[in-house]
Amino acid sequence: MNPLHLSRRQFLGRTSLGLGSMALTSLLNPRLFAAGAPHFAPKAKRIIYLTQAGAPSQLETFDYKPGLAALFNTDMPASVRGDQRLTGFTSGQAHLPIAPSVYNFSQHGQSGMWISELLPHIAKHADDICLIRSMFTEAINHDPAMTLLQTGNQIGGRPSFGSWVSYGLGTENENLPAFVAMISRPSGPTNAQPLHERMWSSGFLPAKYQGVRFSPSKDPVLYLTNPDGISRERRRAMLDDLGELNRLSFAEYQDPETQNRIDQFEMAFRMQASVPELADLSKEPASVFESYGPESRKPGTYAANCILARRLAERGVRFIQLYHRGWDQHNDLPKGIKSQCYDVDQPSAALLADLKQRGLLDDTLVIWGGEFGRTVFSQGTLTKDNYGRDHHPRCFSMWMAGAGVKRGHVFGETDDFSYNIVKDGVHIHDLNATALHLLGIDHTRLTFRFQGRDYRLTDVHGELVKGILA
Amino acid sequence: MHYLRLFPALRLALITALFLAPARAADPLRYNRDIRPILSDNCFACHGPDKSKVKGELRLDVRESAVKAAKSGEFAIVPGDAKNSELVRRIFSTDEDEVMPKPESHKSLTAPQKAMLKRWIEQGAKYEPHWAFVPLEPVTVPTVKRQNWARNDLDRFILSRLESEQLTPSPEAAKETLIRRVTLDLTGLPPTLAEVDAYLADQSPQSYENVVERLLKSPHYGERMAVDWLDAARYADTNGYQVDRDRELWPWRDWVIKAFNDNQRFDQFTIEQIAGDLLPNATLEQRIASGFNRNPMLNEEGAIIAEEFLADMVADRVETTAAVWLAQTFNCCRCHDHKFDPFTQRDFYSLKAFFHNVTETGIGRDGTPIRINAPPFVKLPAPEIEAKIAALSAEVLELEQAIKVADADAAKAKATVEKNQVAATLAWTILGPTALTSASGAKLTIQPDGAILASGANPANETYTLTAPVTLGTIFGLRVEALPDDSLPAHGPGRAINGNFVMTDVRLVVNAPAVAARSVDLKTAVADFSQAQFPVANAIDADPSSGWAIQPELGKPHTAVFAPAAPITVDPGATVTITLSFNSPNTNHQLGRFRLAVTNAPTAVAQLATTNLPQPEQKKLSDPLNALKKQIAKTESEFPTTLVMDEMKEARPTFILIRGAYDKKGELVTAATPAVLPPIPEGEPRNRLSLAKWLVSPQNPLPARVTVNRFWQQVFGTGLVKTSENFGAQGAPPSHPELLDWLALEFIRSGWDVKHLMTLMVTSATYRQQSQLTPLLHERDLENRLLARGPRFRLMGEFVRDQALTASGLLVDKIGGPSVKPYHPPGLYEQVASGSSGTTTYVPGKGDDLYRRSLYTYWKRSVPHPAMLAFGTPFRETCTLQRTRSNTPLQALNLMNDDTYTEASRFLAERMIRDGGTSMETQLTHGFRLVLSRAPQPQEMRVLIRAYDRALADFQNDAAAVISLLNIGDKKTDPNRSTPQLAAMATVASTILCLDETVTKQ
Repeated sequence: MNPLHLSRRQFLGRTSLGLGSMALTSLLNPRLFAAGAPHFAPKAKRIIYLTQAGAPSQLETFDYKPGLAALFNTDMPASVRGDQRLTGFTSGQAHLPIAPSVYNFSQHGQSGMWISELLPHIAKHADDICLIRSMFTEAINHDPAMTLLQTGNQIGGRPSFGSWVSYGLGTENENLPAFVAMISRPSGPTNAQPLHERMWSSGFLPAKYQGVRFSPSKDPVLYLTNPDGISRERRRAMLDDLGELNRLSFAEYQDPETQNRIDQFEMAFRMQASVPELADLSKEPASVFESYGPESRKPGTYAANCILARRLAERGVRFIQLYHRGWDQHNDLPKGIKSQCYDVDQPSAALLADLKQRGLLDDTLVIWGGEFGRTVFSQGTLTKDNYGRDHHPRCFSMWMAGAGVKRGHVFGETDDFSYNIVKDGVHIHDLNATALHLLGIDHTRLTFRFQGRDYRLTDVHGELVKGILA
Repeated sequence: MHYLRLFPALRLALITALFLAPARAADPLRYNRDIRPILSDNCFACHGPDKSKVKGELRLDVRESAVKAAKSGEFAIVPGDAKNSELVRRIFSTDEDEVMPKPESHKSLTAPQKAMLKRWIEQGAKYEPHWAFVPLEPVTVPTVKRQNWARNDLDRFILSRLESEQLTPSPEAAKETLIRRVTLDLTGLPPTLAEVDAYLADQSPQSYENVVERLLKSPHYGERMAVDWLDAARYADTNGYQVDRDRELWPWRDWVIKAFNDNQRFDQFTIEQIAGDLLPNATLEQRIASGFNRNPMLNEEGAIIAEEFLADMVADRVETTAAVWLAQTFNCCRCHDHKFDPFTQRDFYSLKAFFHNVTETGIGRDGTPIRINAPPFVKLPAPEIEAKIAALSAEVLELEQAIKVADADAAKAKATVEKNQVAATLAWTILGPTALTSASGAKLTIQPDGAILASGANPANETYTLTAPVTLGTIFGLRVEALPDDSLPAHGPGRAINGNFVMTDVRLVVNAPAVAARSVDLKTAVADFSQAQFPVANAIDADPSSGWAIQPELGKPHTAVFAPAAPITVDPGATVTITLSFNSPNTNHQLGRFRLAVTNAPTAVAQLATTNLPQPEQKKLSDPLNALKKQIAKTESEFPTTLVMDEMKEARPTFILIRGAYDKKGELVTAATPAVLPPIPEGEPRNRLSLAKWLVSPQNPLPARVTVNRFWQQVFGTGLVKTSENFGAQGAPPSHPELLDWLALEFIRSGWDVKHLMTLMVTSATYRQQSQLTPLLHERDLENRLLARGPRFRLMGEFVRDQALTASGLLVDKIGGPSVKPYHPPGLYEQVASGSSGTTTYVPGKGDDLYRRSLYTYWKRSVPHPAMLAFGTPFRETCTLQRTRSNTPLQALNLMNDDTYTEASRFLAERMIRDGGTSMETQLTHGFRLVLSRAPQPQEMRVLIRAYDRALADFQNDAAAVISLLNIGDKKTDPNRSTPQLAAMATVASTILCLDETVTKQ
């Protein structure tokens, strides 16, 4: 018998005990019954998405182009550009001078993966990661590109990736939301691209599938903390009264929504305990902070959020999304990207090690990357040690690690200018289709009818990238 | 039944079956009701309207195609002969290569569906035109068995259906329930106790109708009705996208409220919003109304391509218009012909042509001042501001007179000086560059007068570098002339939209043939005019982003002179390289036309300093003059404005965009309405005004149906057509088709009278039923589509909050005006907002602003108010015609812990103690009634008393908690009244505000 079928039956069993209806209503959605999600045995139970907002340059990180040094300050050949449009930042430039990376690359691990000197910690995990050098997108401006990365469409209004997963699979922990988003700002003086609540919104899916933002404040989840003067005991007593009154109302009106509301208040009460416990890093041993780096002791940093991500993964949260802003280096790239890499390198690597050590990497899929790449030519003045890079949708690098993906593997290839893909292009839709596949979901079957049309994360696109599957 | 409770969606499946199933096996099948939904869902994607995707030359949406031989030679449908119909063979086939729908489509037919298709073919395969496109025809009101129940004809349609389903209506709801229900529905606020008591006391048969009549006259009626319309119009206070700066469109929002309150006919309401600006002698109000179409998002991100976002914006207008008035999903035909409905890509772009001719660029500019709307906009009358400007202008006039006198005196003195100056002027040598570059790639051309003119690329920041030979032996100074030019924005001299520039750095390097290039240290700078905070000395200071600017003295020539500490000796054959940088945060602020010169005459610099600069006497006068002018400009910018539509003199050409891509132009199209619908009458111009009239033409079968359905949804929770945004083949068929048509006709007959329609609905017996579920209804109709009971569903987020403010007496019920900022959790904007948005942190308002109705809450598209989002408000980025009504723990947390509700609980408790009589019971009853309009039942009272007693005992032993709890919120309570009693009562009040019944209309 299909083991997933069993788990659904287990859920049915728990339903009659009246446990957490939030997860259950999503799991018991008959549309999914019809679709039968999960559709096959999953490799991954959850995703940690390390979103690098603003678009990191592939040329200084993962896409090694040694030949460029000799072409310093020469114009990029027109044949390379082809019909690619430029943004207004560079479309007026008389020249498109090639700017080789000022940072060196070296080979790492058994796999001999070329990784930049800016990422020494991630480089140590070369044999754990599957590097895709051939990602591409259509969008060339941040907002549409990030919206496409998150929702499969450049225009807002559709559910985010995490919402689809939450809708499809529900949660494994009825004390926490299934989809959590966390945001960190750059530590260096760089332009932090704005984000948008839409990135983790449930779009036309019911609001219960929306991502819940965790913030480093007295309320890690909005409105979590009782007002001053209301202790947990007082809250419990109030909820008992409230429950009793609501049950009287339920007895009279028989409206299932009333029962549902009682359940939601109880879930809120449980979250009031589970979320602070989760967000409290004080009991983490010193060794953890050492491995995630000095920034990890500061709440709200990418490093601290990486520790939280591991704690959320341990507690069965399905979709954990980190955003790190500040990768938009139109100018002063060498300085800016160095500071960005400092922010994310050690914590990302520590997260991998931590998950691995706890056995969580086997059923967790980690994804690292931004919304597009950057141009090989300099935006603005090019000198030996300074330049900027404009947006570039035609190719960029991302990596995945963990459940179901190859380890120590490089997939796809770009041309000598890291401007065009020459082998195995992976569109964002393909990446999403593949990530869903690892969760046991056929991306063409996870659908929701809205305005008479069956929508899905991958729209009408998406091909499984078999070459990265373990 | 226990399971049903937990499986809302299963119930939904049941009810859908209820509506779709043919009544009995012997009954003839109906194409619209029984067959089209099956074909559309499973077959049309490959055998439907999208001509480019049709497989095997077979279309199943058109009978002629379905019954003739397909490419294969087979007949899909042989009417009356299922055996020889290829369709039947294929749907029953078990061969994977043959079966339809194909397995890879993930579609499959159920056994009853297959049987139904077969039976329909046997019955002759009769097609029907799609119900929504059929012209409205008079409908006969059904006769019903049960007499004396129906209060109007609407009820007869509902009752007739109930009788055919063997269901009976529910009894009428209690008066307390009814008045709360109808007051919430028509005003979004709970009734006051005086209103409840008056209604309870009124024993006349018209008592309920009197309440309805009163409510329809309430100014809060328009506020309530506006909320759904603002969702449809995607109204917000910011431009959206990543920069997401403020815009000013609230006057349009206020227009909507007023239009509902004035009961403007819906056809006129439509015409003014679609084309108010094109009406003959359009009034200011009508122009404001046209702001409906200025609601789309506006991208202000740097370096975007205007054409791309203009295409998106205009497409959004097309999609919104089609959704709101036609309930058609035109977003599908932006890239290709519609897959299910008879609309083509040509229809989309023909409709787009109506909206494509506005004097707008398609993008915003984050360089413009924060409060300035993107054109076109209108200024609104503001008597206070006008008076202020008039007073300031009078002062200006006075000063200018004084300056004239001073000028005349100065002129005499100047004449003498000028003689000397001629020599000095001649001493300036204009530099003729041998090399000239722009870091951004702007085009720099040398003009006959030696000036340099920039054109082409106009990036955020810029550096010009110029190299020129110098023959002078010594350089005493460098002169930069900023010159106006007609090719520049606002005539220049800068390239910013207002003609300004910010020159952040001036560098002078001398390159001699024999020695190393040396940078000259410029020590002094003088200019004939400098903008406040932008002195010319900024151009030679250490700060690379500070600079020299000239607002408001734009469109005129200006001169700056820079001098080194000591004269520079220049060897023969040397050149100078001059770098002018424009790296201020004010983007695009570079010089557009300028001229450079050097001098070897020490007097030239001195002369400029003494003669060209204002004399001390003039300065004394011109300083206050400039200050005044600045003040006028600032006051001018305080005028409220609002975005409007404004037609270009010549229409922009509109092309079909291949696959919807803005840069892949196909055929040129002209403005036209969709081909399958009745056309705009012959002889009328093809403009927005004609389109607006067409949208509410009684000949158009859609708008009246679509509109009455949405009002029905607002009152009863679900439309007669459940998919209120989609009346196409994939939409749901109407639950009561005859009633829908009857209502639509009645709406038109009444002159599109919205209050008449609302009255019909809320005074019906259907509406007045109690909303309790019975076991029978639980099983048969949990979703309440048949309406054997009254509506019961959660209030919209806005009204949940408004109700708490009203019950606690905190509400400030002022109508309209700029949006306000109530309480808001800290830190949200900081994490995500753009640095250039102008709102990187949320600063809550003060006083009244904290207690206004929620529809006036500032709506930032990238971070809408989290309390509203928790209750399922949309982002207002695109048109929304139905909100989701889910129920989440975030709502519970918000109701328990948001300062809004903690403060409201305290004030509700104060009212209970102050106005609720002397006993605890009467006080508790008072609070309960303020929120729910009814007194608690004995069992409820027991819980309330117990809660109060426990809380009181608890707080009596915790003085600190009392103070903390009663101190939350901006509006303070008299410390003498901050007692354990009040804290205990506030706890009970909070419990009442969290009740399921409180957040529900029932």
